[in-house]
Amino acid sequence: MGSVLSTIGRYLPAPTTIFLLLLTIVVAPLVLGPMLFTLLGQVVSVIVAILTFLIPNFDGDVINRSWQYLFLEGLRFTLMLTVYATVLGVILGTILALMRLSGIKALDWFATGYTTLFRSLPLVLVIFWFYFLLPYIGGWVWGLERPMQVGAFNSALITFTLFEAAYFAEIMRAGIQSIPKGQAAAGYALGLNYWQVMGLVVLPQAFRNMLPVLLTQTIILFQDTSLVYVLSLTDFLGAASKIAQRDGRLVEMYLFAAVIYFLISFSLSLLVKRLQDRVAIVR
Amino acid sequence: MNYNWNWGIYWQASPEGTGTYATLLMSGLMWTIITALCAWVIALSVGSVFGIMRTLPSKWANFFATCWIELFRNIPILVQLFLWFFVLPELLPKAWGTALKQLPNAPFYTAVIGLGFATSSRVAVQVAAGVKALPRGQSMAGYAMGLTTAQTYRYVLLPMAYRIVLPPLTSEFLNLIKNTSVALTIGLLELTFRARTMQEYSFQVFEAFTAATILYLIVNVFVVMLARQLELKVAVPGYMGGGK
Repeated sequence: MGSVLSTIGRYLPAPTTIFLLLLTIVVAPLVLGPMLFTLLGQVVSVIVAILTFLIPNFDGDVINRSWQYLFLEGLRFTLMLTVYATVLGVILGTILALMRLSGIKALDWFATGYTTLFRSLPLVLVIFWFYFLLPYIGGWVWGLERPMQVGAFNSALITFTLFEAAYFAEIMRAGIQSIPKGQAAAGYALGLNYWQVMGLVVLPQAFRNMLPVLLTQTIILFQDTSLVYVLSLTDFLGAASKIAQRDGRLVEMYLFAAVIYFLISFSLSLLVKRLQDRVAIVR
Repeated sequence: MNYNWNWGIYWQASPEGTGTYATLLMSGLMWTIITALCAWVIALSVGSVFGIMRTLPSKWANFFATCWIELFRNIPILVQLFLWFFVLPELLPKAWGTALKQLPNAPFYTAVIGLGFATSSRVAVQVAAGVKALPRGQSMAGYAMGLTTAQTYRYVLLPMAYRIVLPPLTSEFLNLIKNTSVALTIGLLELTFRARTMQEYSFQVFEAFTAATILYLIVNVFVVMLARQLELKVAVPGYMGGGK
C-alpha cells in the first residue's frame, strides 16, 4: 500500500497541491456547496445586470428563471464530460505515446496511424461516427440481436476520450522526449526494468513538464464539449439552447452562455499561465 | 444486428435530384474548401494586425490586441457562430437585422466571418510569437538604418517572422478546415452536413461517413504536402528547420 501511495505521490506536484485538491474535491461540495451556489447566484445576477445595461430590450428574467437548471443540469454534464474525458484521454494518450516510442514497429505504426487519423478529422464527424458505430460495436461484442443502447453520456464520453487521446498522445510524446536520456539510463543502471523506469523516473517528470500544455488542451476539450449539441444532448450550451428555443429568447441565452464559457476558460487559462511561470522557475 | 453494406450507393441518384450521392458529397467538399479559404483570408489579415499590435511598444495597442485574442479564444466556436447567426441580427437596427436575415447564403457568410475571427486570435498568437522569436538586434538594426517602425516591420521583422511561423500557421489552417464542420449547426452545406444528408436519405451511415473521412484525409494530406513545398521554398538558412 505504501509503495503504491509513494508511486502516486511522484505524479503529483507537492503535498500542498494534494491538500488543495482534496479540499476542492471532498470538502468543497459538502461544506461549501450551498455557499458556493449562493455565490454563483450573485455572480449570475451581476452578469444579468451588466447585460441588461449593455443590450437594449434584454430580458434578464429568463436567465433568473433558468440559471439553476443551466448549471445543475447543463454545466454539470459539461464538467463531468470534460474531467472524465481528460483523465481517460491522458491515460490512453500516454499509452499511445509509449507505443510510439517503444521501438516496436507494429506498435509504433498503430499509434502513428491512430493519432494521424483522429487529428485529421473534424470532431463533429467523429461524434457522428461513434454515435452510429458504438451501438453496432456493442451489439457485436456482446452478441446481441439488435444494436446496443449505449446512452448519450457514454457515447459522448467514449468519443471524446478516443478523440482527445490522439492530441494528448502528441503532448505526452513531446513530454517524454524532453526528458534527458541520462535519466532513463540512470534508472536502468540502478537495475530498474522498463516499467519501473517509465513509471518512477520518466513519466512523473514528463507529466510535470507538460502540465501547462495538458491543461491548455483540457481548456480546448472543455470548449469542444459544446459540440455534443449536434446530438441534442443537454450540456451547458444544449441546456441554454433548449430554454432559448422554448421561450424564444435566443439573444439572452446565447449571450449568457458565451459569458459563462468565457469566464471559465479565461480563468483557467490565467491559472495555466501562473503554473507555467512556476514550472519555468523550477527548471 | 445486421448492417446491409452497399458500397455502390455513391453512384445511385440522391433524392435531391441533382445527381448521385457522390456529387452530393463533392458539393459538400467544395463548400468546406471555399469556406475554409475565405475564412483563412480574414483570419490571416485580421490575425496579423492583432499579432503585430501585440508586439508594438504602445501599451494601448498591446492591451487591445490581448483583449481581442482572449475574447475569441475563450468562447467555443459553436457559441461564436450562434452569436453571429442568431444574436447579431437582433442587436442591429431593425432594418439592418432584417436585411441580414434575408441575405441569401447567410450560413456561408456567417461561417466565413465567425470562423475567420475565431481563427484570427490563434493566428495573432503565432504571428506575435514569430516576431518575438527574432533577436532584438534585428529591429535595432532596422531603426539604426533610419527606418520607421512601419518600415522595420515591413522590411525586416515580418519577412522573417512569417517564415518562422509557417509550420504552426499550417496547422491552424488545417484546424480551420476541420472547424468548418461546426458550421453545419447553422446550416452550412459542407462535407459533414452532406454526409449526414446522405445517411438520412439512404440509411447507409457507414458508407457516408467513410467517404467523408477519406475526403478529409485527402484534403489534409494535400495541404500538408503544399505546406512542405512552401516551407522548403521560404526556409531561412541557418535555422533548425531551415534546411542547409
